[in-house]
Amino acid sequence: MTPEPVSSILPGSLILAGLAAICTALVAVTHTITAPRIAANEQAYLEQSLAPILEGIEHDGRPSESTIVISTPHDLPGNDPVTIYRVYANDSPVAAVLIVNARGGYSGPIRLLIGIDRDGIVTGVRTLGHRETPGLGDLIDSDKSDWIHQFTGSSLKNPPLPAWSTRRDGGEFDQLTGATITPRAVIRSIRDTLRYFDTHRDQIFAAANNE
Amino acid sequence: MSSTTLGLGRFRHGIWTDNPGLVQLLGLCPLLAVTTTLVNGMGLGVATLLVLTCSNVLVSATRKLIRPEIRIPMYVLIISSLVTCVEMIFLAWFPALGRSLGIFIPLIVTNCTIVARAEVFASRHPVPDSLLDGLTMGSGFALLLTAIGAFRELIGQGTILSRLDMLFGGDPMPGLVLTDNGFLLAILPPGAFLSLGIFVAIKNAIDHRREQTNRTLRTNALR
Repeated sequence: MTPEPVSSILPGSLILAGLAAICTALVAVTHTITAPRIAANEQAYLEQSLAPILEGIEHDGRPSESTIVISTPHDLPGNDPVTIYRVYANDSPVAAVLIVNARGGYSGPIRLLIGIDRDGIVTGVRTLGHRETPGLGDLIDSDKSDWIHQFTGSSLKNPPLPAWSTRRDGGEFDQLTGATITPRAVIRSIRDTLRYFDTHRDQIFAAANNE
Repeated sequence: MSSTTLGLGRFRHGIWTDNPGLVQLLGLCPLLAVTTTLVNGMGLGVATLLVLTCSNVLVSATRKLIRPEIRIPMYVLIISSLVTCVEMIFLAWFPALGRSLGIFIPLIVTNCTIVARAEVFASRHPVPDSLLDGLTMGSGFALLLTAIGAFRELIGQGTILSRLDMLFGGDPMPGLVLTDNGFLLAILPPGAFLSLGIFVAIKNAIDHRREQTNRTLRTNALR
């Protein structure tokens, strides 16, 4: 046999390698130019989404710089690592903001941003992401309805634990017309998060920052 | 397809006669998924236009090196690195739009329009022609995405140009609110198929009518 295959593979692979190098360089240059902007945007977006949760609480600012991640297994809702942003005023802890994935929704996890102050009172809850039915379950989104605002000011004692469900289920919270499963999942997740905070408060604030 | 066709004719070709979405029915996945509002549709349309133009130029510039056995890996390399760059540019300068389009920016890689133009056109024509082809085909796709986005937003949400802030920054803008309640179906996935169907039907009806008038004109001339 003639060595023809080798001669036809070699130029081809050289061309591919050269093109790969050029393309990698292109991506690397774009990355160098855009990376600082992207990081700044992400930081700004995070601060912006934390702000409404921390309304009325005086703090030193930039809670996103005091972050811990609780890895699985943990007693929080969902079975993914949970990010906690700690909020300080004059170097003493005043609140924590947790991002949890509520399970048991109608369609996939519901990402909730839950703010809890030092005394275990909810400072605010926001839905970050979900795939609930538009027009029914998506009313948990603060853009769509006020439903999620009713949790502000609640705690494990207010209402008492057994009343942590919708009125239809014998609890104290408003339901959403047409959606039963979605509110249940959200309420249960907030309750479980409050419980976790109640038992792990000191650990949360004592832990060292991690990126 | 002669490479000497005038620029204007090429635009007509990309936007109407050979529109990648309406006629070739390529790139339907992003077309159906992101066209919930005008701004979303336009955002992805412009991103695709950018990738398509650059990939056409790069493929055309390297067309002398292209060998039949490695041409697909070459296209994949070029297109995927361009898409990565465009994604980073969106996240850096239009972060809200980038978040809203989410996975559909990286998924431009899988848009068949781009690989189709690379294979059918750019690998066989010089750089200026390929640039023009990318621009015309890309604008055809972008215009269609914008139009379907506007249509679905209007029917489904009763607004037009909502969230324009995603393009220009600033506070969230509600856009022009025409009614408070829209016809929800238009925003849901079936609405995407229906809207595209309506657009294709309208285009075919117009073509059909034009052809008929041409035919009558011709027969009249023969008499």
